[in-house]
Amino acid sequence: MVAHSATPIDRPALAPDASAAGWQGITRDWSSDKDAFKQVPWGKAMMWIFLLSDTFIFTCFLTGYMAVRISSTEPWPNTSEVFALTIAGNHIPLILIAIMTFVLISSSGTMAMAVNYAYRRNRGRTAALMLATAFCGVTFVSMQAFEWSKLIAEGVRPWGNPMGAAQFGASFFMITGFHGLHVSIGVLYLCIIARKVWRGDYERSGNYQNVEIAGLYWHFVDLVWVFIFAFFYLW
Amino acid sequence: MTHTGQQHPISLYLKIWGLLFVLSTCSYLVDYFHFAGYLRWTLIITFMLLKAGLIVAIFMHMAWERLAMVYAILVPPLCLLVLVGLMVSEADYIFLSRVVFFGQGITAESP
Repeated sequence: MVAHSATPIDRPALAPDASAAGWQGITRDWSSDKDAFKQVPWGKAMMWIFLLSDTFIFTCFLTGYMAVRISSTEPWPNTSEVFALTIAGNHIPLILIAIMTFVLISSSGTMAMAVNYAYRRNRGRTAALMLATAFCGVTFVSMQAFEWSKLIAEGVRPWGNPMGAAQFGASFFMITGFHGLHVSIGVLYLCIIARKVWRGDYERSGNYQNVEIAGLYWHFVDLVWVFIFAFFYLW
Repeated sequence: MTHTGQQHPISLYLKIWGLLFVLSTCSYLVDYFHFAGYLRWTLIITFMLLKAGLIVAIFMHMAWERLAMVYAILVPPLCLLVLVGLMVSEADYIFLSRVVFFGQGITAESP
C-alpha cells in the first residue's frame, strides 16, 4: 500500500508545549499527538478525570433523589425538623449539619495550606496540616454516623419512615453513605501521603505533586458536600 | 516534567477560606430565617454555586490550569444539566399521572 505524504499544515511551527491562548490553544492541545494536557503532570490530569467521573456518579444519585422527590405524592419530610437537635433546651434546626459543613470547610482550608507548604518543601508543616485535614474528616464521618444512628432509632429505613415520603430514607442513606465512604477513603489516602511526606520520600526528587493530587481529591469531597448540603438538607 | 507548583501566598487561601465560611453561614441562615419559595431556592443555588466555584477555581487551582484541561473537565458536567432538565420534566409528569390517574395525594403539597 502506498502511503500518502501528509499535506503540510499551513501554520507557523510552534513548540508543542507553548501555551496558546483561547480556542486555538485548546484545539491544538486536544488534537496533539503524545498528550492532550501539555505541562500538566499525568497524575494530576488522571485525578481530575477520576473526579469528573465521580461527579457524574454523584449527579446521578442527586438526580435520582430529585426525581423521586418531585414525583412523590406524599409530602417530603421537613429536613429542618428531621435534622434538628435540642441542645440545652434549645431546639436548633440543622445545627449538626451546619457544624459538619464548618468542619469540612475547615479541612479544605488546612488541605490548601498543606499543598502550599508542600511546594515550599516544608515537610513538617505539610504533614501536620494533612493530618489536621484527616482529623477533620474523621470528625465529619463520626458526626454523620451519629446522624445515621439517630435517624435509624427514629424509624427511618430505606423503605419507609414515620415522617413522610417513603423514598426519603433510601435517598438519605445512599447519598450520605457514598459521600461518607469517599470521606473515609480520603482520610486513609491523606494519612498515607502525610506519612510519606514526613519520612522524606519526596525529598529526593523534590516533587511534591502527590500532595497536590491528594488535595484535589479532598477538595472534591468538600465540593460534593456543598451540593448535598444545598440540595438535600436545605431545599 | 517537573511542575513548579503554586507560588501563591498563604493569605489567598485564608481569604477564600473566610469567604467560604461566610457563604456557608449565609446558606444556613436561608433555612434559619425560613425563607420560602423561589427566593429560598434562588438563594440556596446562588450560595452553592459561589462556594463550588471558589473551591474549584482557587483551592483546586483550576483558575491557573492549562485551558485544554479546564475545558475537558468543566464542559462535560454541562451535559449533566441536560439530564437534570429531562428528569425534572419526567418526574413532574409522573407526579401528574399519579394524581390524575391513580387518585393519589389529594392532600399533598407540591415539592
